[in-house]
Amino acid sequence: MKQSSPQGLTDEARELTFLEGGIEALAEEMRRNETIFVVGEGIGKRGGSLGQTKGLYQEFGPERVRDTPLSELGFTGLGVGAAMAGAHPVVDLMFVDFITDAMTQVVNQAAKICYISNGRISVPLLIRVAMGVIRSAGAHHSQCFYPWFMHAPGLKVVAASNPYDLKGLLKTALRDPNPVISFEHKGLSRSRCPVPRDEYTIPFGKAVIRREGDDVTMVGVANMALLAEKAAETVSGEGISVEVIDPRTLVPLDKATVLTSVAKTGRLIIVEEAHRTCGAGAEIAALVAEEGFDCLDSPVLRVAGAQLPHPFSPPLEKACIPSLDDVVRAIKHVMNR
Amino acid sequence: MPAKAKSQIDEEVQPHEALALYRLMVTIRRFEEAAQELYRTGSLPGFIHLYIGEEAVAAGVCSNLRQEDYVVSTHRGHGHAIAKGLPPREVMAELWGKATGSAGGRGGSMHIFDPRHGFLGTTGLVGGGIPIGVGAGFRAKLKRRNQVSVVFFGDGAMNHSAFHEAANLAAVWELPVVFVCEDNQYATETPVRVATKNPDFASRGAIYRMEAFTVDGNDALAVYGLAKKVIANLREGNGPVFMHCKTYRTVGHHEGDPGTDYRTKEEVAEWKKRCPIKQLEAKILSRSWSSKNELKLIHEEAEAIVAEAVQFARSSPFPDPSGVGQHLFKDNVEAARETI
Repeated sequence: MKQSSPQGLTDEARELTFLEGGIEALAEEMRRNETIFVVGEGIGKRGGSLGQTKGLYQEFGPERVRDTPLSELGFTGLGVGAAMAGAHPVVDLMFVDFITDAMTQVVNQAAKICYISNGRISVPLLIRVAMGVIRSAGAHHSQCFYPWFMHAPGLKVVAASNPYDLKGLLKTALRDPNPVISFEHKGLSRSRCPVPRDEYTIPFGKAVIRREGDDVTMVGVANMALLAEKAAETVSGEGISVEVIDPRTLVPLDKATVLTSVAKTGRLIIVEEAHRTCGAGAEIAALVAEEGFDCLDSPVLRVAGAQLPHPFSPPLEKACIPSLDDVVRAIKHVMNR
Repeated sequence: MPAKAKSQIDEEVQPHEALALYRLMVTIRRFEEAAQELYRTGSLPGFIHLYIGEEAVAAGVCSNLRQEDYVVSTHRGHGHAIAKGLPPREVMAELWGKATGSAGGRGGSMHIFDPRHGFLGTTGLVGGGIPIGVGAGFRAKLKRRNQVSVVFFGDGAMNHSAFHEAANLAAVWELPVVFVCEDNQYATETPVRVATKNPDFASRGAIYRMEAFTVDGNDALAVYGLAKKVIANLREGNGPVFMHCKTYRTVGHHEGDPGTDYRTKEEVAEWKKRCPIKQLEAKILSRSWSSKNELKLIHEEAEAIVAEAVQFARSSPFPDPSGVGQHLFKDNVEAARETI
């Protein structure tokens, strides 16, 4: 799936896939900072089960790119400890579904140590996880989970929708002295867009407006930013103008961009793949209800993943995630069409 | 691996080392007794888990460490903190929730941190620190400055997945980590025999193919001598190693727990007779390494240090609530750390 980067870059930048963007970010930062190392299952010579670390082992060697035993709790905690002792580890948990085995190290240790040590010890740690539905991966390989990590104080949450953003955000993550979790949707792996060769980073807490519009504000999380754009294109033929916002990071969240947009449009829809209950949409809807109430001309809608485990069979799986139709219907609903 | 014969280890300890151990253990004991008193009179907020009876383990192990070595502790960590060189006044202030505490009052007893001394924290979660300590050992190995990482945990943690994953990881990656199991035979109120069929914890370390030792955790000289050997070995690039230290807390699990609902008064009394401080005192005197008067002086000096710590904590301010939102995140790398 080809898409243009939000910045509308010229052909002078070569195209990279989502996976390549991530790898390039890591490689550049690892050359710059020798304390960065990567741990995870199969991320060494094999380049990761999803190809997410391809080439790193060959360049940086086995000391800095290490295959682990099947010990998510152990090697995530190892990452926390190494970070506290001055390194900048990358913990690659492969499928986000596996993070549950390491939850205490993420939420109780990594997230809290800077605060409860009164700022004396920080935890510069990057956790990378692959999320989302892809080709009947089933209940244990399809989840998103990012809302849990918005909720736990002390973690930064990255959710890129394209290679350009992913690279810039990961570079920022590896210069951030705090724990960061990057949620990388599996369906985006081969998506491409222009990525500059020159050095660049993308700050956290800065959303991007992927498409300007006047009638409806649509916030799309990660891959759903692209679905939101498609829906916007679809309804433009019927004279509905949708503004698509890609938050890029969920913590910190660029509230201001969303509120400014809602002040203009009066209507808000949040599109995400995570389960509906207590998703990012719930948080954004509440924020806007609190701080942008007077701007709203219609209720805030959420188009989200079903509140169900992910079933295996393709038609069942499809019924559990937002479709183009779902988003178009939501747009028309808030427009009273 | 079998435990070394006690006499073999004793002979390797010098008189001045024994006296330093004694001083450290007495300081820890006085500190804990003072904390106990403060808790009972309502000064200390929050739970405290006292180390009374286990002093030989912290003193024996940590006396072999350098300032830049790493220690990860447990919920019962005041002894480790003091043995690692944290100023008692800062620890006491932390227990009291004061702004001058090791963690500015943010952590309390179970979350004491001091990067100057490589003290990567007491922790409120059993097993929480074990993988962290292995991570510090990983970093130590890459830094190539012969640092070691010591991880303390109890008999309860021996059945926690975190121990097993971390031990296996440390062994397969040959990390300079000392796993110190402080087996005081009860995980809160659950005795070891109820929790597992295999109380031979050294065997559980050895199963991951690391050297493993069993030692009388109330014999300070034995713990010290063993720790000296294994830590020296680690500094030469070997590792990891497991020390099963059999000991006992003569107080409850936490202040407020009498400790006799699940243990007999006779058992507690028996272990009080095996007090590590009394044992070391007897050895020091029988070998004429010091005199009763000199030892009395050590007690008085320890008392003075603890009294100063209490006074410091008592007179320190609480943190300003307007600052409650600070330090959730670190702003920049340069401001990030004072870590060694």
